[in-house]
Amino acid sequence: MLQLAANIVVDGFAYAMILFMITVGLSMTMGLMRIVNLAHGAFAMFGGFIAAMVTTKLGASPLVGMLIAILAVAIASVPVERWLIRRFYRRPELDQMLVTIGVMFVLIACANLMFGSAITALALPSFMTGGIDVFGRSIPVHRIAVAILGLIVLAALWLAIEQSSIGIRVRAAVDNAPIAQAMGINTPRIYAMTFAAGAGLAALGGIAGAELLPMEPTYASKYLVTFLAVVAVGGHGTIFGSFMAALLLGLVETSTKYLVPQLSSVAFFLTMFLVLLVRPHGLFGRHA
Amino acid sequence: MKQSLYAGALALGLFLSTTALADVVKVGLIAPLSGPYSMNGKIWEAAAKAYQKIHGTTVAGHTVQIVWKDLADINPAQAKAYAQELIIKEKVQYLGGLYFTPDALSVAAVADEAQVPTVIFNAATSSILDKSPYLLRTSYTLPQVSVPAAKHALETKVGTVVTLVSDYGPGIDSENAFVKTFVAGGGKVLEQIRAPLKTTDFGPFMQKIKAAKPDAMFVFGPGGPPTYAIIKAYSEAGLKQAGIRFIGTGETSEVDLPGFGDAALGLETTLHYSPAHPSEMNQRFISTASQEAPSVIMNAVGIGAYDGLAVIYKMIEATNGKRDGGKAIAAVKGWEWESPRGPVKIDPTSRELVQNVYLRIVDKDASGKLRNNEMKSFGMQPDHGRSPALK
Repeated sequence: MLQLAANIVVDGFAYAMILFMITVGLSMTMGLMRIVNLAHGAFAMFGGFIAAMVTTKLGASPLVGMLIAILAVAIASVPVERWLIRRFYRRPELDQMLVTIGVMFVLIACANLMFGSAITALALPSFMTGGIDVFGRSIPVHRIAVAILGLIVLAALWLAIEQSSIGIRVRAAVDNAPIAQAMGINTPRIYAMTFAAGAGLAALGGIAGAELLPMEPTYASKYLVTFLAVVAVGGHGTIFGSFMAALLLGLVETSTKYLVPQLSSVAFFLTMFLVLLVRPHGLFGRHA
Repeated sequence: MKQSLYAGALALGLFLSTTALADVVKVGLIAPLSGPYSMNGKIWEAAAKAYQKIHGTTVAGHTVQIVWKDLADINPAQAKAYAQELIIKEKVQYLGGLYFTPDALSVAAVADEAQVPTVIFNAATSSILDKSPYLLRTSYTLPQVSVPAAKHALETKVGTVVTLVSDYGPGIDSENAFVKTFVAGGGKVLEQIRAPLKTTDFGPFMQKIKAAKPDAMFVFGPGGPPTYAIIKAYSEAGLKQAGIRFIGTGETSEVDLPGFGDAALGLETTLHYSPAHPSEMNQRFISTASQEAPSVIMNAVGIGAYDGLAVIYKMIEATNGKRDGGKAIAAVKGWEWESPRGPVKIDPTSRELVQNVYLRIVDKDASGKLRNNEMKSFGMQPDHGRSPALK
């Protein structure tokens, strides 16, 4: 019984942290910049593909590959925001969804062409492989590393957005762009930075989670519903909302996998349904 | 003189045009050439090219021309429309391809009505061939390979098993066939886990299996991300070290082996074809396919296309290039031949392919490449799903 509970906590927490890392960027762009970016999963996917390419083709270590991939995705997202997404900030949500889902399909086709439709395996840094024995149960190190990584991301984001001067500027630019600009804040740059940070986080989550959500070209669309569910349950724009939502959904899905396997997907969406029934704006959502 | 020359030219022209018409036999193949399953379409193309390279593009003087149709996703309505277009507009005499069961079922109705022999290269649900007497199949069926998996488990002293399958038709077919044979042979099934089809985190299931301590687990993965995740989780959770063997069917596709890496070593599967099959005919097939399409990795999907063309060539030969569906089908019923996978035979009553099923264990060849090494053959296996022997 205790063993089972421990299993559920470890596996559920690791899965939750992967969901958190991928979705927090989506939640940020949705909440802070008010843009529905359905191409977010594609950023996570390209993070994984680029990391795999850098390690296998250029022979870099997995850790270096991971850093290069995150940086590459963040940089590549800047022109996307500058030339495409920016035109849609003031447009209706449907327009935003149409353009970003279009971007997603283009990126899926690109990935298919560049990397093929088979699964691309991703080497993990050596400190993330193997297993360690805890209370007579061997826990894959990968899961513990992912859990710690998730907590680090949470702390870093909290410091950056709630505590730093950059965070103050971001929030000012979001709350009232014209006045923020009048106060000398470079809002276009703030927007580009936030978007790039969101994309970079997606790439990080994609790479860290590649063992559980394997890299192949339909990744971007396959897990989109899962990602959106986490954002909806958390309430967009809140870091803790995303964190709690990922934790709740991750634990619910993992515990049903242990107890009633057939119902694990159902349980995931049933939880989302119940949360939204009680709190339509999500756990921590503010009224728009 | 002038007149006779004119008449001669006319006669020659007529002769040329009629033979030209009679000489081309068109074959319509419906395959996923683009989209998420395009890799399989590419493998079929490579296998078909290899077949035509080895056996030529003519049969008894008739040129065989293949017309491809790209069916990117599971789409029965589109598959049916393509089949109609191929028969009516392209005037094909034979249909083939068909990766997914729903597509094969919708094409079956068209093939039946038009009396066009249709060779299924992949779709593996047993019952499809009941839909029309014009259907043949050159892949396999799930019971055909799952029953030997259970026999293998029993023969190697596996007393207890946990089954882990994807919760959809093929997974359940596979589970049923395995469990039935395994229990009949005195084995004990501790638990039957059916994972939702889209599951990619198998860690929890592996911990559960580890706690149940069976001698082996029987797996059916649907290919793609879930299968990848199953094998990664099996290795990560330390089931191999705990002495729980992995027995499956088609999970260790050559396409995915490089991605699995050393995690795949020692996995035991029962299937009808491995590109590592040690026969001269197979080596010729593999080397020709890699010349024709260097980027394609050959696997069990490809052999379906290769033998599919073999069956179509045989039917063209038997009908001398004339359109006669009934005669063509009758000619291949009971036909036995040597394929790169080993000896094969089309069952005269069920029209199903009877073939060797092999036990394969993943190891490394001399160059260090992972392969499915054939350890033994279970002999010629019928489709255990429809054959009366098991009913």
